[in-house]
Parts: sequence; C-alpha cells; structure tokens
Amino acid sequence: MTVGTIQQAIPPYPATPLDSIDERTALRLLGAALDSGGEHADLYFEYRSGSDISFEEGRVRTVGRAIVIGLGVRVVRGDASGYAYTEELSENRMLDAARTAGQIASAGGAPAPVALATKSLPSFYPVRELSLARPGEEKVALLRRADAAARAFDPRIVRVEAGFAEGWSDVLVVSSDGTMARDRQPMVRFGISAVAEEKGKRQSGRSGTAKRRGLDLFAEPGATPEDHGREAARLAIAMLHAEEAPAGPMEVVLAAGESGILLHEAVGHGLEADFNRKQTSNYSGQMGKQVASTLCTVVDDATLASARGSINVDDEGIPGGRNVLIEKGILVGYMQDRISARHFGVKPTGNGRRESFRHPPMPRMTNTMLLAGNEDPQDIIASVGRGVYAKRFSGGQVNISNGDFVFALTESYLIEDGKLGAPLRGVNLIGNGPEVLRNVTMVGHDFLLSDGTWTCGKDGQSVPVGIGTPTVKIKEITVGGTRTP
Amino acid sequence: MSNKAGKRVAADPQDCLELAEKMLSLALAAGADAAEVLVRDGAELEVKLRMGEPELVKEAGSRGLGLRVLKDQRAAVTYTSDFAPAAMRTFAEESVALSRLAEPDPLAALPDREEMARDIPALDLWDESVLSIDVAEAMRWTKVGEKAALASDTRVTNSEGSSFGRGVGASAFATSAGFSGAYRGSHVSFVVEPVCDDTSDGAGKKRNGYHYTSSRFLDGLQAAEAVGIEAARRTVAKLGSRKVATCQVPAVFTPEAGRSLLGQFAGVISGGAVWRKSTYLAEREGTPVASPLVNIVDDPLLPRAPGSRPFDGEGLAARPNVVVSEGVLRTFLCDVYSARKLGRRSTGSAGRGLGGGPHVSTSNFILRPGKSSTEEITRLDQGLLVTDLMGFGFNPVTGDFSQGAGGFWIDKGGRAFPVSEVTISINFDDLWKGIDAVADDLDTRSSVQCPSFRVAKVTVAGT
Repeated sequence: MTVGTIQQAIPPYPATPLDSIDERTALRLLGAALDSGGEHADLYFEYRSGSDISFEEGRVRTVGRAIVIGLGVRVVRGDASGYAYTEELSENRMLDAARTAGQIASAGGAPAPVALATKSLPSFYPVRELSLARPGEEKVALLRRADAAARAFDPRIVRVEAGFAEGWSDVLVVSSDGTMARDRQPMVRFGISAVAEEKGKRQSGRSGTAKRRGLDLFAEPGATPEDHGREAARLAIAMLHAEEAPAGPMEVVLAAGESGILLHEAVGHGLEADFNRKQTSNYSGQMGKQVASTLCTVVDDATLASARGSINVDDEGIPGGRNVLIEKGILVGYMQDRISARHFGVKPTGNGRRESFRHPPMPRMTNTMLLAGNEDPQDIIASVGRGVYAKRFSGGQVNISNGDFVFALTESYLIEDGKLGAPLRGVNLIGNGPEVLRNVTMVGHDFLLSDGTWTCGKDGQSVPVGIGTPTVKIKEITVGGTRTP
Repeated sequence: MSNKAGKRVAADPQDCLELAEKMLSLALAAGADAAEVLVRDGAELEVKLRMGEPELVKEAGSRGLGLRVLKDQRAAVTYTSDFAPAAMRTFAEESVALSRLAEPDPLAALPDREEMARDIPALDLWDESVLSIDVAEAMRWTKVGEKAALASDTRVTNSEGSSFGRGVGASAFATSAGFSGAYRGSHVSFVVEPVCDDTSDGAGKKRNGYHYTSSRFLDGLQAAEAVGIEAARRTVAKLGSRKVATCQVPAVFTPEAGRSLLGQFAGVISGGAVWRKSTYLAEREGTPVASPLVNIVDDPLLPRAPGSRPFDGEGLAARPNVVVSEGVLRTFLCDVYSARKLGRRSTGSAGRGLGGGPHVSTSNFILRPGKSSTEEITRLDQGLLVTDLMGFGFNPVTGDFSQGAGGFWIDKGGRAFPVSEVTISINFDDLWKGIDAVADDLDTRSSVQCPSFRVAKVTVAGT
C-alpha cells in the first residue's frame, strides 16, 4: 500500500479531521507506542458530532451541539493495558499519548507494523441522509407532533416533556496487527414523557426509540412521534389506577420486546469474557454445561439492521458478528475482546467496545436476545393461575459474582385465572441468573426486538445496546411488591 | 510523568479563566445578548492491579469548554475542546446561530447582577502532594492493599482487583451577568475488591465485596493495608448468603446503602422536579416529609469536603441550605430557572457540566447524624440490616420504591446470617416518615453523606 491518506469522506457523511490521518502518522504512532515493548497496540481515533433539542411546556427550551475529537492509545502486555488519550490531534500530543500508554511495557514485545491494510467492513446501518443534515425545524416539528398527541390523548395529561438527539461517530481503529478499520456510526434518539394527574394523584409514562437511522425512521408506522406521544400518555393514564403489587415468589410472564432486559442482566453480563477469564463470574467454568432451560437459545447479534446495539466493527477493529452464547440451554460461547480471546485461545468475537476515545475497550454486549420458541403468547398468559404480567421496564442491574439481578417494572398487570387483571404500581423483580433461566417453562413464537433507548453501563462506561425476547413464562421469580400474602 | 516536555501544566485556574473570558467576549461579539462560559481542565491517573499483576495504567489530561448563549430569550448550549483561536471564533458564531432554533422563554435569562457571588471563599480543596503519586507509587498502593485482603482470610480466593486513582482539576466560570471566578481541586481514591467462592449452596456462586477510601487530600486516605483487610472482612461476611421469607420488618440501612436513598431524596426536593410536577413532594414545602429525627442540609462550604464549591454553576454565592429540619421540608433546592418558575430566588444550588446548561445539583448533601451508636440501632428482635441496594426501582412522581437488597438478618439483637436476593419495597414517603433511629456514624467519603438509620417497617420479598 502506498503512503497517503487512509480514506476519504463517504456520502452522506461529511469530511472530518480523521480524513487527514495518514498511514505514515499512524505507523509512527504505533512505533512510539511499542517503543518500550508491548505485545499489541491500537489507536482509536474518534470524531463525534451531535445535537439535541429539548422541548417542554409546548416550546423548544434549549438547543445543544457538541463536537468531540480525540485519540486513545492502548498498549497491551499480557493481561495489562497502558492507556492514554489526547483531544488534540497534533503530532506532538499524539506521540506523547502513545509513549504514555507504552509505559505499561518494559521489555520484549512485538515490532510495529511497516504497512497497514484496510479491513473491508459489512454495512449494517446504511443511511441515505444524515439526520444532522436536515434543518432543525424538521426535528422541532417532530417534537411538536409528539407533544400534541400526548396532550390530546386525555385531558388528565398535565405535563409533557420531549427530547430529540442525533449524532454520528467517525471511528478509525488502527491496530499493530497491521489492520485498520474505519466506520461511521449514526444514531437518532427520540423520547417523550407525560405526567397524568387525577384528584391529586400523579403518574408518569415514557416512550422512546433510538436507532442507527436517519429522520426517515419517524415516518414508519409505529415509530411516528404521535405513536410515542400516545404511548407515553397511555402509560401515565393506565398507571393512575395501579394497585399495590404482591410480594414474594410467583409465576411471571414477560412480554415480548423490552423484557429482553432479562437476558442482558441474567446471562449477558455473566458471559462477558473478562469476568470469566478472571473467574469472577458465576458462569466461570460452566462452558459446555447446562445453564438454562432447553427452551433457551441466547445470542448476541451486532448484525441486526439499524439496531441501536449493532456495530459494523468493534472498537478494537474486529468486525461485528452474531454470536450464540447459549444453545438450547447449553453454554457455548462468551463475548470476547482481544485480551480475553487470547487468554481463551479463541478468536475475538467483535465485542470489544468502549464509550469513547477516553476509555479502554472491554467485552460488551451489542444486541442480546432470546430466540423465539413455539408457544402462542395468549396460551402462555392463559396457563398462569396467579402471577404477574410484566410489560415495560425502566432498567436492571446484576451482581456478576453471585448472579443476582433485578429489573424494575414500569408497566405490569396481575394475572388471575389466566386473565390480565389490574395494573400494578412500579415494582422490582429479583432473581438469580441460572436459577431463573432454568425456570423458563414456556417461550413464545412472537420474538420482538425492543426499539427502546437502552444504554448499558459497566465500569463507568456507557454504550448503546439492544435487547429482545419473545413472550416468556418463568415458573417462579421473586416479585418485590409491598403486599404480603 | 504528567509534566513531560510539551505538556500543559494541568489544572491551572488562571489559564481556564483566560479562555473562559475570551470565549465570553467572542460570544458577545457574535451577537449574543448574554452568555456564560465554563472551562474545565483536568488530569487523571488510574492504576489497577489484579492478583498481583498490573491490569491498567491510564493517564491523560482533558480540557473542555461549555457555552450557554441567550439571544432574544432563546437559549443554546454548546461544547468544544478545540481552543485554536479561529475555531473558538467559529464556535461562538455557530452557537449564537443555533439559538435561533429555540423559542423565546422570558425566564431563560442569566441571574440578576445583584445575585452574583462577590467573593470566592477559600475552601481548602487543593492538595499539591496528590501530584506526587506517580505510576509506581500508585501501583505500590494497589499491591499492598490487594495482598492484605488475600492474606487476611484464606476464604478470599480471588480478586476483582485494587485501584488507585488521582485527579486534579481546575474550573473557571465567566458570565456577562458580571461574574468570573476560578478554583481548583484535587481528589484521590483507593479501593480493594476481593472475591470469595461460596460453596454453601453448590451453585458455584462467588461473593464480591469492596472497601474504599477517598479524599481531596493525600493524607486523608486510610492506609492501603487497612482498606484491604476491611474489604476482605466485608466480603467474607457474605459467605452463605440466602433469601429470607417474605415479611414486614424493621430495616437498618448502613451509610453506604442509606446514601443511595438520600441521593434519591435529593432528586425529589429539586426545584426542577417541583415545577415539572415530577416529584411526590411538589406541594409539600413547609410540611412534614420525614420523621422528626431527620435533619438534612446541603452545604457547599465545608473545607476539604468532596462536594464543596466556592460558587454555584451560575456564578451565585454558594451557601448552606437547611433542606429538612426535624422532619419538616424547609426549602426546595433551586437554580435560577426553577426559582423563577416557582416565583422565588435561587438557593445557589446550580450545578453545571461541560455538556449541558445549569441544573439543580447538590453539593455536600448530608443527613445529620444522631446520637445512638450503630450497635444500638441494630439491636432488634428481628429485622434486616441492609448493606447493599441494587436496581432502578424508584418512581419519583409517586414515591413508589422497590429495590434489590442484600445484608444481614438480625435475630434477637445480633447478626444471624447474611442475606441476598431479596427486595425491599415501601413508598418513599412512608420510608422517610418511618425513620425511628439515626446513628452517629456519618460517612464523609462522598458528597452524599449519610449515617446508619432505621426504618420501622418495610416489606421484604424473598421466599
């Protein structure tokens, strides 16, 4: 390959300062990073351009704009990483960051590459036109439409707040294995919350979506601003008459879609390879063993079209992929980054992700989901004598060591004699990952990928993720209500 | 390694202030009616070691600028890290242009001039010696701490590692309402996270725990060995954790667990939540919102404290605010915008980040300690001592609270066995009103400071 510019702008993406990073600069930086030794080094150049609009009380409250540029340099020796970053892409600052990262190494190591080959990448989220390229007024119009739809839904809606955020990242990963990869990662996000009031009682509801798309997303049935406005209002109104939830173990039916948070918390984190390499996960040493009901096949899939968690390439330069984690209940794979993959003697799976150039990569989920089964969702509900039907969630958390996880319900209903009953006030479910997955007794045929605005946090780093599941029955899980039997 | 040739001196308040004032004049020159600028410059070192081997050395400096411009009562909030002169000018112009998309809001104006801080109190937030910690010294801390944990009890078989972090930062704020000021601060923290294998239920579970120390001053840190030993003690104590039967019992929250409840309380007394009607306390100012044992203050002026600040995020004088006294809600905490919405003056409680405009933010938010000892308030016939809370189960609009919990079952006055995988549920209003004891063990390590306290009755969901 000749020395020169790595890659130019590709429509619809505009030119960025990353266009001027040439191969010679990248090679020199890798050389400086590996100067003290070290087995592997990578450069992560990032340009991120974003904008947001907040809307409340029927008007645009503020408009925001941010452009972030930087380079993160990592040098790896064994399981150890040296990391440094700079927000200035001047030669001196970049070399300084490379040498600082290199201080982790003391001797030996790999020579820097002498040439770089560009990886060809898949394209899981093509956009015809960037949202940022459209006039701001179009986005304000979306917010206004959602606001109006929420207010029109019911006179008891007393407050509406909506927000729109858009952006894209230009990412260039150069690795000392002689490869480089460049990806443009778009995202649009829309959210609305409504407060309902009746006789001094208030409740709130939310709806939103985030995808790697352009503004055309909001023209699709089910994804229009009106759809989200009405959904937020519906939820707030429905919850006005919610009853206290029961406390204690019982049968729970998880609705298709965002209940996929179950997979994220109950198994997802525990199957990130770093925890297993360190033997701190309750799934450590369980490879090849039965860790879930035979009805459960769990995959992490970065290749879903335009999904929030999809990536063409991970933040270590490995292409995103579809990885089966649990097949018919048997643990078959971890999510790997480079360091863990080398430890386990397997190929990296494209799960090395990071929040930004300021952060070193680690194994992270992309879109994590339970695959469809055979049951009719109506039959699943009808099979429950007394239990809880869980439909919408605000978030979850897991303790990686003992496998305990929680997730918080924002919309749920009592099931009595196989029929949906009264809505329940906000409640938490708590369970233990392997126990709950062994308790999965029915899996629906109605797989649904949530279109929600999910963000996963780990070690202080946030990354966008997707979740999905069909309707699922769990024969016993603890419901954290206030009403004791 | 933080002062190699070619690097800026980290965290120089004067440099930040010059940049802030320069951007302020550029914004006004670009046509803004009013503007405010925040510049932050910082440097961090983070060293992590696991099972005796280095795992991460991270070292970097970072500088950024946040701008809020107002033009014709329209607001835009923008961020840049590009300080080249031409780039700064373009940024100012684009920010003013961006404000055209917002809609006029008469309340979206800077504070009145007479509200602005007149002087900047010295709060002793800077310790130069923090910078003396280099990679080798930080690594020594982690090695000693983790080793102490592993050596102190044979049941500690593994480790999530040990981390040492230090940070220094300068912050400058300049506004066209007639304020400019800058200050700097330092911070050090150290944590050890041991792991045990728990063979009690044959499910291959591990138990993890941690202990940390943190301070603005290097000499404020607990010794590495002591942190490691305490971390091990806390982790080993969790071996054999199990569920308990679903019940209603008194619950004692340790300072660590109580802290997250107190943090959530800060959210529901925030002026921003009040005018948005998104807190169950919206109409409750001046009325009892907690037990008479509850006294809560937000105090930004405590010397050396983690959440101290000499002025607030809008350039107003920082001042202590009594939020709850003897259970009565004395005031909501307000920034300028929420105060105007509620027809009053700001309480000087604005925070400001680089990426967003001002918002209500606590400084040192403290539940005042009581007189009882921790032992006294846990001397229960039956109850739950809560050491960990997990999850997102809190709805500020209704006060519905339901979170995962871990800790110890209390039986006949003492700890009987460790508990995990249960939830605690209670309405937040009942929780705060139900406090029947507050201990004297205030934890001052973070900016939300809490002693142990007891709630008369919560629902525990287990088996």
